[in-house]
Amino acid sequence: MIKFKLNGRDVSVDVPEDTPLLWALRDDLDQTGTKFGCGVGQCGACTVHVGGRATRSCITPISSVEGAEITTIEGLHPEGEHPVQVAWRDIQVPQCGYCQSGQIMQAVSLLKDYPDPTDEEIDGVMGGSLCRCMTYVRIRKAIKKAAAAMREEKSNG
Amino acid sequence: MIKRLLAGAVGVGALGGLGFLYYAWYPQIAPIERPAASSFSAEQIDRGRIVAAEGYCAECHTRTDNGTGPELAGDYKMETPFGAIYSSNITPDPELGIGKWSEEALRRSLHYGVSRKGEHLIPAFPYDHFTKMTDQDISDLYAFLMTRPAVHMSRRPNELPFPLSLRIGQAAWKLMFFTPGVYKPDPSHDALWNRGAYLAEGNAHCGACHTPRNLMGAEKKGSMYDGAVVDAWIAPPLNDKNPTPTTWTEDELYQYLRFGVAPLHGPAGGPMSPIPHRFLSQVPEYDVHAIAHYYAEVDHAAERQGHDKAALARAMEQSKIDLVGPNTLDPDARLYQGACGACHYNAAPMPVLGRPDLALNNALWLDEPTNLYQVMLHGLTAEEGQSGVAMPSFYNALSDADMARIAAYLRRTRTTLPPWTDLEKKAAEIRKTVKTPPVNSSH
Repeated sequence: MIKFKLNGRDVSVDVPEDTPLLWALRDDLDQTGTKFGCGVGQCGACTVHVGGRATRSCITPISSVEGAEITTIEGLHPEGEHPVQVAWRDIQVPQCGYCQSGQIMQAVSLLKDYPDPTDEEIDGVMGGSLCRCMTYVRIRKAIKKAAAAMREEKSNG
Repeated sequence: MIKRLLAGAVGVGALGGLGFLYYAWYPQIAPIERPAASSFSAEQIDRGRIVAAEGYCAECHTRTDNGTGPELAGDYKMETPFGAIYSSNITPDPELGIGKWSEEALRRSLHYGVSRKGEHLIPAFPYDHFTKMTDQDISDLYAFLMTRPAVHMSRRPNELPFPLSLRIGQAAWKLMFFTPGVYKPDPSHDALWNRGAYLAEGNAHCGACHTPRNLMGAEKKGSMYDGAVVDAWIAPPLNDKNPTPTTWTEDELYQYLRFGVAPLHGPAGGPMSPIPHRFLSQVPEYDVHAIAHYYAEVDHAAERQGHDKAALARAMEQSKIDLVGPNTLDPDARLYQGACGACHYNAAPMPVLGRPDLALNNALWLDEPTNLYQVMLHGLTAEEGQSGVAMPSFYNALSDADMARIAAYLRRTRTTLPPWTDLEKKAAEIRKTVKTPPVNSSH
């Protein structure tokens, strides 16, 4: 039995300890917002936060996250109003949408480390998150918009 | 004449033999009834808990293969170049543990490497370090061990071949390599340094992993802290041979030993990970400061620190070249970026804690890619390295060839050292040491 915190609540799953975290999230804990992409940590679609840091859940063994705090796209904001989600909607970033929860989780992690990211920093951190619809230009734009909104929020806060 | 010489030689030989037997022989120490818990004060037991933590007793006296065993009940499998050996039960079980041991018996085992019954212990039990422990510390440790739950569990028999299996042979080893004696404070240093040296050289037995051993398995006196291979990992040098581009300063050492992660050197992984997380986070801060203070002097941090600023600036430049600049079309850069870059990306002026900068990490600067490969294959659990954060396992995600490409790319772009050789072969070798793949996507 592996125990951890998922989106703020305590959960436990009874699966073999070499099970990928993504399997447990989708099949045992019904959090299907996180997607399976390549299965080898090369595309970013399965990105969730472990301890606040973007982590590829498809190759993270469940035994590795014992006691950790995990956030998925479902837990980012109770109403889906995280500034990054708002910017994503305003700019209409997704096309097919499959990679987008991973993109958003990676972007949130980026903005924690680089609140006013340059193009280089966006490319550096987002370069492992692939989008087959080529929405990269809008992703970059949305990240900058969200960054501005978050800085605004902070200075008003 | 020849006869007389021969007789003389035999005589001297016999005397020498007798002398050796005298040296090798230790009497049994009489068994005792396990002392009642009430015979120790709570303060003493707690001091003993700290001594046990600073010596990492539970690390080697608790089984980890074949399911985790009860704490301190032994049967931990230790692979040595001479064959596997299994640690003993140090819970107070009277038959299978140390329940019949008096305090004197424990002191003799730590100071001289001899069991209560008078058998020589194998130096995998690092009594060559524990000999430096004070009687007070041993007395406290005794109080702690004797008040643990007794576990009636035996260990598997050692797999040492004859004649190494003969305990008398251990006495010969001692004669050659072992100098008994409690730590003597060095008056030319202050109290903090002496506390650090006492712990590091003695109870904490850092040299047991970080000092290379000779063919007989003894630490090489002239190569103290030069680094060594342990359990298919490299225990890096702790002296000024440590190759990281920024110095292990007292503060970096303290962060690493106390919390398992240092801002400029990254997380503790592999066999080192329990040292901070399981042990040194549980002892007085002063002691961890003391060890850090001592090693900052061993590695001459003060004299070497001058280059740190430039090394940091260089590393930050190196860290951001994968997707911008000349490497954009390099397929190795793309592979690295896809697999690693999203987490290991950093930009000036400082790496972000939790984004360990590979250009600063000793895994890239050691003579072999061993530790880099180990971390790629295993990842890090949320309990290792920086607490609460995990690194995935690339065991199934990267082939040996992929691992070799990333290793070569990082060595080429992040260090100033010559390339590693035979990278793919070494990746396969390290992969073989991982007995159970950490992650299995076929569930």
